[in-house]
Amino acid sequence: MNAEVTPIKTAAETTLAQNFAQARGRLPGDDAVAALRKSAFDVFVKEGLPHRRIEDWKYTDLRALMRDAKPLADPPGSAEKAAAKTAGALLGDIDARRLVFVDGAFVAEMSDAADLEPGLSVRSLAEALADGDPALEAHLGKLAPGSNVAVALNTALMGDGAVISVAAGATIERPLHLLFVASEKPAATFVRSLVVVEAGARAMLIESYEGPAGADYQSNAVLELLVGDNAHVDHVKIIAAGSDALHVSSLAAAIGAQARFNSFSYTAGGAVVRNQLFLKFDGEGTVAGIRGAALLNGRQHADTTLIAEHNARGCQCREVFKTVLDDQARGVFQGRIIVRPQAQKTDAKMMTQALLLSEHAEADNKPELEIFADDVQCGHGATAGALDDELKFYLMARGIPAAEAEALLIQAFLGEAIEGIEHAGLREALMDSVVAWLKRRGAR
Amino acid sequence: MALLEIENLHVEIDGKEILKGLDLTVNAGEVHAIMGPNGSGKSTLAYVLAGKADYTPTKGAVRFNGKNLFDMQPDERAAEGVFLAFQYPMEIPGVATMTFLRTALNAQRKKRGEAEFSTPEFIKKVRDLSGKLGIEQDMLRRAVNVGFSGGEKKRNEILQMALLEPRLAVLDETDSGLDIDALKIVADGVNRLRSPQRSFVVITHYQRLLSYIVPDIVHVLSAGRIVKTGGKDLALELEARGYAEYQEEVMA
Repeated sequence: MNAEVTPIKTAAETTLAQNFAQARGRLPGDDAVAALRKSAFDVFVKEGLPHRRIEDWKYTDLRALMRDAKPLADPPGSAEKAAAKTAGALLGDIDARRLVFVDGAFVAEMSDAADLEPGLSVRSLAEALADGDPALEAHLGKLAPGSNVAVALNTALMGDGAVISVAAGATIERPLHLLFVASEKPAATFVRSLVVVEAGARAMLIESYEGPAGADYQSNAVLELLVGDNAHVDHVKIIAAGSDALHVSSLAAAIGAQARFNSFSYTAGGAVVRNQLFLKFDGEGTVAGIRGAALLNGRQHADTTLIAEHNARGCQCREVFKTVLDDQARGVFQGRIIVRPQAQKTDAKMMTQALLLSEHAEADNKPELEIFADDVQCGHGATAGALDDELKFYLMARGIPAAEAEALLIQAFLGEAIEGIEHAGLREALMDSVVAWLKRRGAR
Repeated sequence: MALLEIENLHVEIDGKEILKGLDLTVNAGEVHAIMGPNGSGKSTLAYVLAGKADYTPTKGAVRFNGKNLFDMQPDERAAEGVFLAFQYPMEIPGVATMTFLRTALNAQRKKRGEAEFSTPEFIKKVRDLSGKLGIEQDMLRRAVNVGFSGGEKKRNEILQMALLEPRLAVLDETDSGLDIDALKIVADGVNRLRSPQRSFVVITHYQRLLSYIVPDIVHVLSAGRIVKTGGKDLALELEARGYAEYQEEVMA
């Protein structure tokens, strides 16, 4: 131990250290992986849980919000698996290849990992770590920022997840759906996935996180994604965590040249949510759409933190994030666009909008541009406001009751972001979820 | 019988009295024109009938079809048969025109205990009506009034009126910003809806619209009160002589 290390203070920090000490011997992976875990955990030991004096966590003081650290989840038993059978309903009847994880562990018998399309390979992280895997050796921990404490904790404690590769030129028509379901148990899961989409390949990846209402669990998920040159990847993340859950998840993507990349984050659940997106545009001429919608009520706290780093010329990126806040909910958006000197002709626009339905709701927006190139088009916009009374009156004057008028306007507000999803079935499923949320709101 | 009875109506906006004892009775089947100079309270009358917030009645009464209008929310008034064609129709990004029309129509029908329209019935009805008003199908696919010209917005108001079949339509300066061709289309749309059961209150600054929508009764509104009532010739008189004498009367 180093004497200069910041002492671990909070109950949660102490428990995390104990959990790591107890689990490190049985967590999967060879010596190299063990060393990776150890160095990641050292980052946490040094930094502790991030708090409001750390700029990137200013609005989401994890040290204060995380009163305790849950024990690492046990492998799911038959009861947990049975309870997870109804999960994924939000996506309706979308035909997707489902890979199911219950309490952070891959459940083969609930998953559809057979008869893979040519060019697609899928395995569980636990298996890949145990057996060794060239993709893991090449990329694991290389894409996600190791200095981010949430990512570091995930790297230290990762248990299972998906390792997926799509071979060069392959088109995988059926979306891949990673479905992470938490049980009633007050436990912590650290899932880690790696997806490599090689040059010219095409795939759609859905991540969804669900858990029962009232269950006090914690999930920390990281997805590392490599998008090859000329590849086309659509990524969708659905955070429908349980009402008392703490959910932190991170997407770290490195995107090649002339690629198309779309990512959509939908947040409708969880007591405390931190959704981190780390995007690196490493090749020229890529077109990306990064969007999100969040519906928050009660005392929900949801933070979207986006860092888009342009390292190559001529990429176009559109970022649109919309949040609806009711009751005493708090929405945070931190967006940073970094344009490196070599990334001339970057065209990056970021827009974030919050719709406040209650006087007690709060929206915090922090857009940042760090531009080191001189021939770029970059901009950001942020708005926060209530529903427009004039529009509401217009609708009511046509016979539409107040609650229904508000619902129409809220749908329209979110629709602008959701319409950007290319997959029609998914677009409809998310709009249905919005409508259901609004119905519950109207019925209160 | 009287469909709309307004008695000694006083209305304030932000503590400032705009209507100062307005009386007006509109019988079923009648078309009333309300003319008057700017700032006389014409639009205030329109908004207070539709139920806009911040337009506060402080004295007097308004009965619609025998019921106290002020007991009803704007949507309830609409279901009861009150329609306001807005002077400045709102643009609603993200809400498709067809969704808006169907939601409005079915909400009113539901409130009246009538069966909701099926999708094919509804589409057919909208197509027929929009065709008569020269509204392109493309406009119906767009968001409500977004990217519409001034004339298109006004035609869209008349389409809504034709679809919702109100008992009382209040047209607030529907002629403003319309060229003569658009004015004729709008007037034809209104005239097709005239019936012994349906009444209109046509608010306008100019006589021009009243050549196409011929009123039964013309009122002059000045400084928050009706100061003169006459037949359709009164509109022509006003056109020729202006509002000066009525404004002076009030000031005197």
